[in-house]
Amino acid sequence: MKKSIQEVNLLDSPSLSRRQFVTGVAAGGALLGLGLKPSLSLAEPQSRLGPKILDGNVFDLSVGYKSVNFTGKNRMATAVNGSVPAPVLRWKEGETVTLRVKNNLAEDSSIHWHGLILPSNMDGVPGLSFGGIKPGDTFEYQFAVNQSGTYWYHSHSGFQELTGMYGAIIIDPKEEDPVSYDREHVVMLSDWSDEDPQDIYSKLKKLSHYYNFRERTVGDLWQDIKDKGVAQTWNEREMWNEMRMSDTDISDVTGYTYTYLMNGVTPDEGWIGMFKKGEKVRLRFINGSSMTIFDVRIPGLKMTVVAADGQNVEPVTIDEFRIGVAETYDVVVEPSDDSAYTVFAQSIDRTGFTRGTLTPDIAMTAAIPAMDIAPTLGHRDMGMSMGSSSSDEHSGHQMNAKTEVTDKSSDHANHGTDAEPLGKAGFGSTREITSVGIVEGPHIDMRAMNPQSGLHDPGIGLRQHRENLGRKVLTYADIKNLYITEDLREPTREIELHLTGNMSRYMWSINGINYADSDPIQLKYGERVRITLVNDTMMTHPMHLHGMWSELETGDPQHIPRKHTVIVQPGSKISYLVTADAYGRWAYHCHLIFHMAGMFREVSVS
Amino acid sequence: MLKRKLFLQVLTIPLLLGSVTSASAGGNDDPLLTKVLIDQFEIRDADGSDPLVLDGQGWIGKDLNKLWIKTEIERVDGDTEEAELQALYSRAIAPYWDLQLGLRHDFQPSPSRSWGVIGIQGIAPYFFEVDTALFIGESGQTALRVEAEYELLFTQKLILTPEVELNFYGQDDKDLNIGSGLSDLEAGLRLRYEIRREFAPYIGVNWNKSFGNTADFASAEGEDTDDVQWVVGLRAWF
Repeated sequence: MKKSIQEVNLLDSPSLSRRQFVTGVAAGGALLGLGLKPSLSLAEPQSRLGPKILDGNVFDLSVGYKSVNFTGKNRMATAVNGSVPAPVLRWKEGETVTLRVKNNLAEDSSIHWHGLILPSNMDGVPGLSFGGIKPGDTFEYQFAVNQSGTYWYHSHSGFQELTGMYGAIIIDPKEEDPVSYDREHVVMLSDWSDEDPQDIYSKLKKLSHYYNFRERTVGDLWQDIKDKGVAQTWNEREMWNEMRMSDTDISDVTGYTYTYLMNGVTPDEGWIGMFKKGEKVRLRFINGSSMTIFDVRIPGLKMTVVAADGQNVEPVTIDEFRIGVAETYDVVVEPSDDSAYTVFAQSIDRTGFTRGTLTPDIAMTAAIPAMDIAPTLGHRDMGMSMGSSSSDEHSGHQMNAKTEVTDKSSDHANHGTDAEPLGKAGFGSTREITSVGIVEGPHIDMRAMNPQSGLHDPGIGLRQHRENLGRKVLTYADIKNLYITEDLREPTREIELHLTGNMSRYMWSINGINYADSDPIQLKYGERVRITLVNDTMMTHPMHLHGMWSELETGDPQHIPRKHTVIVQPGSKISYLVTADAYGRWAYHCHLIFHMAGMFREVSVS
Repeated sequence: MLKRKLFLQVLTIPLLLGSVTSASAGGNDDPLLTKVLIDQFEIRDADGSDPLVLDGQGWIGKDLNKLWIKTEIERVDGDTEEAELQALYSRAIAPYWDLQLGLRHDFQPSPSRSWGVIGIQGIAPYFFEVDTALFIGESGQTALRVEAEYELLFTQKLILTPEVELNFYGQDDKDLNIGSGLSDLEAGLRLRYEIRREFAPYIGVNWNKSFGNTADFASAEGEDTDDVQWVVGLRAWF
């Protein structure tokens, strides 16, 4: 009875192709803009459908301030064309796109096209690709689009990304899409704080646990002693106490200040995605957060992962996946009945969530599940092999068995030199982890003594979900390229990089050297190298290499998946191959925004 | 505002030498920051007059190098009975420890005293916050101060802080009624409620005891050698 124009527009036109459907969302927006006085029921869904979609190959994007209200308080956000998140850009593989970006801010701005393979002067990183866009200036980006899939774009200047300057990119393939689907939605996840990002950063520097309200209390201690006895409680806490670290330190910035958004909609309101019974719905998940890693599931629906970081992968059906900051995952769901489903994205530390509703009827809602138990860190997450208190003994032991295969003879000599044989392409590093080139000092609070591979690890908080909750959780080991690996060469050398930091001082670096004091990583044009990242911290770092693919070695050399952002689990290691096929200066960094300035390298290909 | 910024910049020029970085691709990971911590601002319930005590510190600087100010002031009946100020250069020397070098001046009690300071401040295993310093006076007097503090969380906001301070002196200083050796011990127990992280009223109890010659000097003047005081105060930082 309450069929809105929205709904008619979205669902009842039989001739709507996928493409028209998404532009239909924009048309719905235009309709509202016609000066019709929209009734509340009409206006409300529009605001809950997410940002507009801009289609074509020439775009005028205007960066400016915009007042937003996500928490009950008005705050100034950074918007593109007046939209937070920024409009969805829809391109076509094989076309050349032109993007004229006008900066109406009072400070320099920039746009980085995240995951796009393009010339380095179009990459949008001030200081490396170009000089940035001065206030009042317009910069014209122009590049050929030679890939398809789900990507995103964001500011690479200051903290503009945190205040709203992020948006989705969808690139339709030139050839037929290997993924079949009837309908699609972008699901952009993000975190919003009313606090000035600079203030958040300052607070973390002054009191690094400022946002952690899950610290151990006297009550916890008493409970542990009652449950486990004094001796075991002491043993479990001994390492943390001696290291002066907290096993509840999962996220630096938490739901205490963040409101988590889905397509720019708060969890109170809830984003709405429509479908019709029996349709295959493609959901393009993007984590555009500044600091928040999410765990995503849709209770009642299996998800088939069809793409990771925009690149098609062999379909794998799962119940839940972790999405690091800046990663993207495309999943297909097939709701077979006329009910609504909750798209649920909880933060890694379980201090908050965002959610939306997939529904055949705008009036229909679904139950919102409770968040899962907050994880605590174990010995494994500190890069230690034994895990007496660790909640993941099973997988921990698996990993142990694996490392024992590594070459023990290299213990004393040839650390990191080219004399040591390299592991075969596709299988990751077989080398012993070294300390070569690491600058130790007050800026490093720990080293992973026995880092395990993060490949099979779903990550903290998800490790028991299969056993305890019957949910299959995606791991990197599940991801295989749908196509044959393009560059089948073996790597000719291996670069080992340690992600380092001091949580208490809130300092982040690579190999103990922050970006300001570092030299570029030099790659020779055309070479194929392996990068092995070792996480010497207890935080989860999503590492993003610009300009070239990070070909994650997940165990099949013929089908190496290509990613642009790779999660490195706490106290763990992971390897990927890089073909240096793009001249120029590229950024390489942790995508947690408050880690980025220090945990950053220039990669120079010449 | 601008003036304040300029002032801060001038103040920290020595700290910045050699570490000037232009805004780079990753942004500035090590901005110049300031922190002011009023650890204790409290009224103590003593016999007769109730002293007002301020114990605070502040710093300006970057991750590893800071200019660090510490102060302790005690006022009784409108008169400043104790006023001590330290100005220190603080340099990180280990993940959890800073080495601090500088000067201390005791404006009160009279006669005033000046000291050179070598100190270590940081977090010991098991999360004990430690601040210890060796003071070398003009006349060859030496002093050692050891402070340690621990935080017990009843809830995330209700926090009990036991703390202890010990003072030792190398020689007698009869003008100030200070004896050599262990001179005095102060132990406190404060229960604060963090309305915000930055703002926490508290109640507590403070116990002072003097030892050795210091105790003898006090007794000779008819003063107590140990004293228990209830306290009510405010802890704040920004």
